[in-house]
Amino acid sequence: MNAIVTVIGWDRVGIIAAVCALLAENNVNILDISQTILQGSFTMVMAVDVGAATASFGDLSAALEELGSEMGLSIRIQRQEIFDAMHQI
Amino acid sequence: MLNQKDILSTIEMIDQQHLDIRTITMGISLLSCCDPDPKRACEKIYEKITRYAEKLVRTGENIEREFGIPIVNKRISVTPMALVAGASDTEDYVPFALALDRAAETCGVNFIGGYSALVQKGMTLADEKLIRSIPEALARTKLVCSSVNVGSTKAGINMDAVALMGRIIKDTAKATEADDGLGCAKLVVFCNAVEDNPFMAGAFHGVGEAEKVINVGVSGPGVVHHALQAVKGQPFDVVAETVKKTAFRVTRMGQLVAQEASRRLDTPFGIVDLSLAPTPAIGDSVARILEEMGLETCGTHGTTAALAMLNDAVKKGGVMASSSVGGLSGAFIPVSEDEGMIAAARAGTLCLDKLEAMTCVCSVGLDMIAVPGDTPAETISAIIADEAAIGMVNCKTTAVRLLPAPGKKVGDTIEMGGLLGSAPVMPVHPQSSADFIARGGRIPAPMHSLKN
Repeated sequence: MNAIVTVIGWDRVGIIAAVCALLAENNVNILDISQTILQGSFTMVMAVDVGAATASFGDLSAALEELGSEMGLSIRIQRQEIFDAMHQI
Repeated sequence: MLNQKDILSTIEMIDQQHLDIRTITMGISLLSCCDPDPKRACEKIYEKITRYAEKLVRTGENIEREFGIPIVNKRISVTPMALVAGASDTEDYVPFALALDRAAETCGVNFIGGYSALVQKGMTLADEKLIRSIPEALARTKLVCSSVNVGSTKAGINMDAVALMGRIIKDTAKATEADDGLGCAKLVVFCNAVEDNPFMAGAFHGVGEAEKVINVGVSGPGVVHHALQAVKGQPFDVVAETVKKTAFRVTRMGQLVAQEASRRLDTPFGIVDLSLAPTPAIGDSVARILEEMGLETCGTHGTTAALAMLNDAVKKGGVMASSSVGGLSGAFIPVSEDEGMIAAARAGTLCLDKLEAMTCVCSVGLDMIAVPGDTPAETISAIIADEAAIGMVNCKTTAVRLLPAPGKKVGDTIEMGGLLGSAPVMPVHPQSSADFIARGGRIPAPMHSLKN
C-alpha cells in the first residue's frame, strides 16, 4: 500500500535524515522524494510503500506527528488514494 | 502520476480551507423491531442499533487517520419512528426517543435522526401520537433529532399538520426554555423530504431503503470560496466552471471515504450528498462565497441569482464524481451555522423574506433562524406553509427549522455553541395569519402542465 508523507515547515539541518531514519526503523520503503523551498518554507513530499511496515498505520502516523512537533514541523502521512481520487479522473 | 502541487493543494484545502467530510451516516431499518409490547420494542430498537453501528465511530476515526481527512460527524438515521411505534399498544411514545438516545450514546455518535412522521397526506393515530410527544421527547434526550414531512408535490400540503407543527415548535421551545429553546434546533418540518439524507436534523431512513446503508455528506464552502478568489471579476461562465471543478474534487474525496466506510462496515454504500454545508468558523461560509461573486453583503439584490448558480454548479461538478448522488445535494443556508449569514443578519441586510426567496433555489429551506419568543404559533405555521408551497410547486425539498427562543426579542442573540453557532433574532411580520391557519384541511397537489 502506498502513502504520501508531507513535511512542511522552516528549513533546518537534518529534516530529511530524521524523517528517513524514522521510516527506515519502521521498515517503510521510500519510492520517491521531491523537496523544494516554497516561499521560505521547507516542503518535502515523499511517496512511500507501507506494505511491509512493522508498525500499524496509526502508530506510524503518530510517530511522524511527534517527530514533527519535536522539530517544529508539520509532518503527516496519508494513504495515496485520497490524492488520486481528488486529482485524477 | 501525482505531482507535488496537487498533493500540497489537498493539504492546503484540509488545513486552511476547512475541507472535511461533514458526516458518515449509517441508515438502519427498524421495521423488524415492531412489537405490541412497547417495552420489548424499545429493547429491540436499542439492541439492533448498537449491533449494527457498533463499529461506526471507530471505523470513521480510522479512515480519518489513514486518509488524513477530518470526518466531523458520525451519525445514525432510522426508520421514521411513527411506523415502528405504531405497532405497540401504548399512548406514550417518549420511551422510543429515550431508547434511540441510549443507543446513540452507546455507539458514541453525534446525533441520531428518525424520531419522525410522514404526514403529507394524512395522519395516522401513531403519527399524531408521535408528533404530540416531540416537545417532551426532545427535552428529555440529547442526541435525538426529529422531523415531520407535511407536504409533497404528489400529495399537496396537509394544513392540519402545518397548524399542529406551529404549536409543537412553540411547545418544544418552552420545554427546552432553560437552553434558549435549543430543542427546536433538533426539529425540522419538511416538504418533499428525502429518504437518504445524511444531514441532521432531518435525517431518517426511508421505507424504500435497504436494511442498512452508509450515506456520506461532504462539505467545502471554504474550498469553493478560495477557488473563486482566483477568478475575481471574470464572467459567470468562469465562476460556474470553477465551482464545478472544485465540487468535483470535494465529491471524489467523499465517494472514496463512502466506499471505504461501506467496505469496512460491511454495509452497502447508499449515496454521497453533495452539499456545501457551512460552519460558524471563519472561512467556511456559503454567504462569503456569494459575496465573493460581487455582492457587498449577502441578502442584497442579486443574492438569489448568485445562490442559484452556486447550487447548480455544485451539483453539476459533484454528480460526475460519485457513482450515486442523493440526499439534499446543494448549498445549505443555515443562518446560525454560517459566519457570513450571521453577519448579514446582524447588519439587517438578510431578512426572513429574502431567505424565503433564496430557498426557492437552494437545497433546503429556512434553516436555523431565530425568531422572537412571542411569535404566535399560527405565524410559525404560516411560515411553514409558505415554505412547503415553494417545495410543492417547484418539486424540491424545502424545510423549516425555526428557533422561537423564549423571552428573546429582535436584536437579541441565541448562543448555541459548536456547529450550531449563534443566531441573531430576526423580525417576523406582526400581521396575523391565524384565520388562514385555522381553516385546516389540505392544499391540493399542484398540476404540472400549463407551466408559467
